[in-house]
Amino acid sequence: MAYVCDLGGTRHSFADLKALLAAAAPFRSGDQLAGLAAASAEQRVAARYALADLPLKALLEDLVVPYEADEVTRLIVDSHDAQAFAPIAHLTVGGFRDWLLSNDTTGERLAALAPGVTPEMAAAVSKLMRNQDLIAVARKIRVVSAFRATLGLPGRLAVRLQPNHATDDPRGVAASILDGLLMGCGDAVIGINPATDNIETARTLLELIDDLRQRLEIPTQSCVLTHVTNTLELIALGAPVDLTFQSIAGTEAANRGFGVDLALLREAHDATLALGRNPLGDNVMYFETGQGSAFSAGAHHGVDQQTLEARAYAVARPFRPLLVNTVVGFIGPEYLFDGKQIARAGLEDHFCGKLLGLPMGVDVCYTNHAAADQDDMDDLLTLLGVAGVNFVMGVPGADDVMLNYQSTSFHDALYVREVLGLRSAPEFEAWLERMGLLDAAGRIAETPQARLAQGRLLEHLGDG
Amino acid sequence: MADAPVPRDPFAPLRAATPARVGLGRAGQGLPTAPMLAFQLAHARARDAVHAALDVEALAARIEGPVLRVASAAADRAAYLADPGLGRRLDDATPGLPHGDWDLAIVAADGLSATAVQAHAAPVIAVLQSRLMGWRIAPVVIARQGRVAIGDPIGEALGARLVVVLIGERPGLSAADSLGAYITFDPRPGRLDSERNCVSNIRSPGGLAPGEAAETIAWLLGEARRLGFTGVDLKDRQVAGEETGPRLS
Repeated sequence: MAYVCDLGGTRHSFADLKALLAAAAPFRSGDQLAGLAAASAEQRVAARYALADLPLKALLEDLVVPYEADEVTRLIVDSHDAQAFAPIAHLTVGGFRDWLLSNDTTGERLAALAPGVTPEMAAAVSKLMRNQDLIAVARKIRVVSAFRATLGLPGRLAVRLQPNHATDDPRGVAASILDGLLMGCGDAVIGINPATDNIETARTLLELIDDLRQRLEIPTQSCVLTHVTNTLELIALGAPVDLTFQSIAGTEAANRGFGVDLALLREAHDATLALGRNPLGDNVMYFETGQGSAFSAGAHHGVDQQTLEARAYAVARPFRPLLVNTVVGFIGPEYLFDGKQIARAGLEDHFCGKLLGLPMGVDVCYTNHAAADQDDMDDLLTLLGVAGVNFVMGVPGADDVMLNYQSTSFHDALYVREVLGLRSAPEFEAWLERMGLLDAAGRIAETPQARLAQGRLLEHLGDG
Repeated sequence: MADAPVPRDPFAPLRAATPARVGLGRAGQGLPTAPMLAFQLAHARARDAVHAALDVEALAARIEGPVLRVASAAADRAAYLADPGLGRRLDDATPGLPHGDWDLAIVAADGLSATAVQAHAAPVIAVLQSRLMGWRIAPVVIARQGRVAIGDPIGEALGARLVVVLIGERPGLSAADSLGAYITFDPRPGRLDSERNCVSNIRSPGGLAPGEAAETIAWLLGEARRLGFTGVDLKDRQVAGEETGPRLS
């Protein structure tokens, strides 16, 4: 079905819903590369006018990826909760934006709405929202998940401690872990990207973190971010698997490129849950996503990258993840060219994920061939802190020496907690207190007593 | 008032255990000035490497034998970064390359670090030329604004059985001058990354020294010629150290 908008005597027409969504998206290099971006600035706004008048119900009928061709579409359609959708069923996309911003639309109402929102609805409305709208609405939504620490509570910001090492050297990894713990980071997860797919190495790393966690009684969880089939093997071997990780995308074909489908994710979820290691709930999955992954796999079906990213959250949703992380600036400038595009995408992803009911974190990051720097990361980190992001990354000195990109640092986490009055997860904060690492104001202390406590913790490097 | 001086910490063992930026100290919540500037310097070098123009003539002067000069379809760095496909195709205005019965084509392409190619490509090529005695090697091709796959149309046009592309890798903060070597059997447009073999992190100091890298590349080339393919299978054999063929000498 075609969509049109008449502006000052010019008729702008869009062949179908996916063309309309793509044209309405703020400019980014990935849509341009895919040949989907609006042909002019005026056409982009024309698409937004047309989108604003579109009934939300139309997004349930005009599917961007065919139902028959794609199990992600089938999941979205078959699991749509009509009752939850009822409060907004009469609205257009533009009306939905106003409804989201309304002071009557509280966090509780948004939480109840989540099962009635499809990723296409979330993506569509986000294209009509300015950055401040994305922040203002996301800020109302709290998505709480828990393992040994409770994440996503109001006034809290957790950190994934990312102690990567170019050769997975256990002592090198342990050094980065201790550095992060002493800076109050690691409450979201201590999560390592291994340098290889080697199962024994992954097992060694899992045992290293688990041993450290138990010795120091740290209320956190661990993860080695390896393929889901490797984690299944690790589970079978009896390795201490807290969380199963997987990269996911918004189409069946893109997920196939990652070597997964919904059935495999279900199998992994069930096997991980059956380990019974989560004392506080049933959240045992850690997913990562990022705009552009479907197109780079040749699996985008002519759909813009931000809409497909929102569909990746629909893939995550049935598995009640502890963590969903959009690795927003990792993919490179051909998808997100500069700091402005990365910031916009980070805010969109966080908003869409939260609206769909997911515990969103953001890897605020960039590669060296993107036009971005630390100032851009400071901006986005601050914006996401205001928006209520559940967690961000903590990489020593912001420099990931294995993946060769820049993310946020332990210092950055301390900065954003300080300026926005945010604290670590309550169980983790209590641990920091017990270890003597906090001062009276709740900051990571620099007192002589804290130095002694740090020294005691640093002694554990010897055993790493 | 400025913050009190940052106290000294017993973090030395951490710093010794990993190249990661650990034990940096603090100024309030932020970084002390020295590590902040150290980061900026590393990033500046990486950015300069990404945007540096390859000095084609300076490189050509360091290469033995005839040199051909080509450019990709990417008109400039901005286009190159925004559309990777442009860097994989030759510019339409590229003159005909000398088709022949070549065993090997060698391509030096700027990639994401002209700095790396400028510094390390010539010594790698020199070792390859001396080690591969008896091979019919096409004139070395220097390609501006090239991606790895630009070796495919070049190798095809030359009629070469194998192509090795020496190309600047995406700079990290720890190294902005890292060279990669990608070897492809029967090069032609459409080859998949899984059909190539790669030797990466070629730089000196701090990485695989160019001479050492050239030995590995020469070994892979010999294996590829003997087996008639490149890609995942060949790589596996090499990693496992099961040398199924004689080392070149």
